[in-house]
Amino acid sequence: MSNAGSWRIWRILLLAQIREQPTRFLVTVLALALGVALGSSVFLVNASALNEFGLATKRLVGEADVVIRGPREGFPEQVFVDLARAASVSALSPVLELEVALAGRNETLKVLGLDPFRAAVLQPAIIGDIGEGVFQLFDHDAIYLSSAAAQQLRLQRGDLLQVTVGSSFKALRVLGILADGAYPQPLGLMDIASAQWTFNAVGRLNRIDLRLAPGTDVESFRRNLGTTLPAGVLAIAPQVERDRAVTVTKAYRVNLNMLALVALFTGAFLVFSTQSLSVLRRRRSLALLRALGVTRNQLRNALVGEGLALGFVGSMLGVLLGMLIAAAILKFLSADLGNGQLRAAEASLRAAPLQMLAFFTIGIVVAGIGAWVPARNAARQSPARALKGGDADYTAVAGTSWRFGAALLLVGSALAWLPPVGGLPVFGYAAIAALLLGAVLLVPTVTMKGLGLAPRTHRIVLDTAVSQLRENVALSALSLASIIVSFSLMVAMATMIYSFRISFDHWLGKLLPADMQLREPFGNDTAFWSKDDQVKLGMVAGVARAEFRRTRQVLLDPERAPVTLIARGENDGDTAAQLPLLRSTPIVPDGETPPAWISEALQDLYGYRMGDALEIPLAGRIRKFTIAGIWRDYARLSGSVVVSRRAYAAATGDVSANEGSIWLNPGADAGATERMLRQALGNRNALEITTSTALHERSLQIFDRAFAITYALEVIAVIIGLTGVSFAASSTALARRAEFGMLRHIGMLRRQVIAMLADEGILTSAFGVVYGLGLGIALSLILVYVINRQSFNWSIDLAVPVWPLAWLSGALIGAAAVTAICSGRAALSQDAVRAVREDW
Amino acid sequence: MTDLVVRLESLSRRFSKDRPAIFEGVDLELRRGEYLAIMGESGVGKSTLLNLLAGLDAPDGGRVILEGVDLSTLDDDATTLLRRRAVGFVFQAFHVLPYLSVEQNVALPLDLLRVAEPERSRRTRDMLTAVGIEALAQRRTKELSGGELQRVAIARALVHRPRLLLADEPTGNLDTRSAAQTLALLQAQVKANAGAGILITHSRAAAETADRILVLDARGLHPWEPA
Repeated sequence: MSNAGSWRIWRILLLAQIREQPTRFLVTVLALALGVALGSSVFLVNASALNEFGLATKRLVGEADVVIRGPREGFPEQVFVDLARAASVSALSPVLELEVALAGRNETLKVLGLDPFRAAVLQPAIIGDIGEGVFQLFDHDAIYLSSAAAQQLRLQRGDLLQVTVGSSFKALRVLGILADGAYPQPLGLMDIASAQWTFNAVGRLNRIDLRLAPGTDVESFRRNLGTTLPAGVLAIAPQVERDRAVTVTKAYRVNLNMLALVALFTGAFLVFSTQSLSVLRRRRSLALLRALGVTRNQLRNALVGEGLALGFVGSMLGVLLGMLIAAAILKFLSADLGNGQLRAAEASLRAAPLQMLAFFTIGIVVAGIGAWVPARNAARQSPARALKGGDADYTAVAGTSWRFGAALLLVGSALAWLPPVGGLPVFGYAAIAALLLGAVLLVPTVTMKGLGLAPRTHRIVLDTAVSQLRENVALSALSLASIIVSFSLMVAMATMIYSFRISFDHWLGKLLPADMQLREPFGNDTAFWSKDDQVKLGMVAGVARAEFRRTRQVLLDPERAPVTLIARGENDGDTAAQLPLLRSTPIVPDGETPPAWISEALQDLYGYRMGDALEIPLAGRIRKFTIAGIWRDYARLSGSVVVSRRAYAAATGDVSANEGSIWLNPGADAGATERMLRQALGNRNALEITTSTALHERSLQIFDRAFAITYALEVIAVIIGLTGVSFAASSTALARRAEFGMLRHIGMLRRQVIAMLADEGILTSAFGVVYGLGLGIALSLILVYVINRQSFNWSIDLAVPVWPLAWLSGALIGAAAVTAICSGRAALSQDAVRAVREDW
Repeated sequence: MTDLVVRLESLSRRFSKDRPAIFEGVDLELRRGEYLAIMGESGVGKSTLLNLLAGLDAPDGGRVILEGVDLSTLDDDATTLLRRRAVGFVFQAFHVLPYLSVEQNVALPLDLLRVAEPERSRRTRDMLTAVGIEALAQRRTKELSGGELQRVAIARALVHRPRLLLADEPTGNLDTRSAAQTLALLQAQVKANAGAGILITHSRAAAETADRILVLDARGLHPWEPA
């Protein structure tokens, strides 16, 4: 028969399916659409946010070939003078780039101090917009704001912007607002001399942008320059600057995308079970088509075509829905999807036709794969046997092999031990996929063995239900595939998140032992407390003890994001005692190189080991520390290093602090103490003061919010899985109408038939849930010890959320039983008595 | 105990109000030891009559009195319990459960009646012997031929010694030889069981194995008159 013949058969079968089972067709399409929508929307939101960040960095870096970066406190202007003389440099722009603490606000504003004339060459997109105002920018208190900054701070031309420098305030005058397109994020522009004077950095720069003379080999110039710069000053390729947000958030984004795809793959299993059951239901009509001359290939192609049609409609809807969801997230929420590092309030939906086409194609392919196995089995079925009726061979339809399943389990277990690829746990994901598929393929064998052990109870309803399941074990496996996949992934995710939460909670408890915490706006470069300020804070009534910390950024590797340096603990012993250490060595008193404790991220990203020397650029020199321990840090993805305040002061002379912990006297009022602490620093509203309990709670709230989307995606996957179970229950109940009719004829009560179905539903789902629980716990080991570790470079301790999982399991079993009962009622209500006259 | 197993009084049935009744004024009395064949054209309501007899369907007029009980006075559960005890069914399409063994299929009515061991096993074994398939007891039904399946169905219909055996086209799916064996078996078992039997059939040859033959049409049941 020709292709036209295949097309006609496909059309006949598909239209008959839609006519007979419109709800099932619709729900399967919607499940696929949801999977595609989740995947595409997560991708679009992340892509839009990254685009926003990329655009902002591009504007900042401008036309530079090389960016010289130093520590926040800067390096001497002499570096600029030396570079200006270099023949290979055609243009250069000195910059003082600071995160400035805003008075009265617990936030910072990025401020660039620029030489307007030099910047016009290298950052024309930003500076070009100022035009005539460039001369007024030389006023010592003048600042231009980007439109995002003006909007966020609710300021307009002529207003005053109060900033905090040290522990005192300074006022800047808003000279104008940059055009909307000049810079997409909040930014302030000042003349570099004014900025140096305002922020106590006279004679200091922390960035120089260079454009090289034509013909210069940029890469070798950058490498050579790196060897001549002062300690801590690095020559960086602009691309590294641009990619930083991409690199830091890569693991989170990839994990979220994988999670979104889980819904899509659960949808594929739904297509698989729906099509398998549909083929079973139609086995006689399909056999009739074969008897009438339809070839094996035509039948298989027509059935695969059904799956592809489901995929086509579902993917089309999914892509549209995904764009709507993404647009809504960008409009009504920030674009960070919970991880806090991609917050881009102004990000707009970015057209990504190729990627959307990819999601559309993935949806269709996934549905086609789901339809392939049942189509192949239907085509292989003997028409004579199927036409005879009454002896459907479910086992042949399932076509599973325990050997293949066991092999996949072994492969999955082996893959879990492999290292990350490009910072991503590629083999971890492959291990999960292999274990999932292997476990699903083993379901028929395990069920058969399990049911074989079930004793005869001499209760007809239960015994008949067990016999039915034992005989149709492959059919049960088909109906369970989607729920096992989605439930085990949900168990794995829930266990991973619970483990993370418990570890995070312990970590917070260790880091927040005091009654109150205070700090200057997070990440700011300008506000700090002098030694006198610290003494004043310690003298406040009600304060029993005060400890202070200094946190700042240091750049250890030009290719990577800055690392956080934390000076805490008066001496080495104090410091070690305050940290949640995973490993440590005894501290050598008065050692030549003071000890430093590095986070796991620093260990993983930079390859440091215990006892290694750690070189940190401080105050223009390289200072050596000995790695004395590894600590757990859930706050800083790019890595952190802790040294004692004494060691830090010895290396830098800096005794200031920007964070502190306060222990209260017994009976002291926290509110009153907070007011007095603010008074001690001149009524500083911006100072963040909070009780450790409140901070602990708020941190956990942020944690829960960050994982809310994860739970939402998992719940959707489980709902899709439950839909699969529901379809299977109603399909099999309808297919067994004649059986129910016969049982009613020989005297089985209606409620006994329904109880039999409920028993089957409970036994099947209980098996699925227990299997899913076991599989989920196994997958959680990979999530906790492989994917989490390789993605985020921090460890967590495994903890199983026993009660939530018990509740969820009970709810799923209950839902499956209710589904079975409803399906049975529906089947019995459709004249089961008459069904015994149908050929069976 | 009376010999009357079932009595139909002016029974009528219609499938919708705006259509004529499929039959009206059906009267019948059937006593222990009687084996009756009912013939009729397709669509005349033979199977419907069987369902009314077993309380699986409700008449639009008239009464069905089974074992002295007016079925219209019983609710669904009570009717089912009466049917479980008093009626055995044999279907054209056999309707044995593919996931149970031959022995388990046959024992189903005993399990429903909660007949305890060893009585359950003894009666099942006896019934399998009576229909000549004792050697197949542990086999799965999907391995059996049509004739063997129908023997399983007959054994299941009679294992609990019902007062009324209802057989709906029991030979419709069988070859001539198997059909003849099945009909002989049905008749023998009804007699051996000291119950009553009704055979619904299109086949005159099949009907002629019964004690008497009636014909069903829209006006009711009439004795069959050979042309």
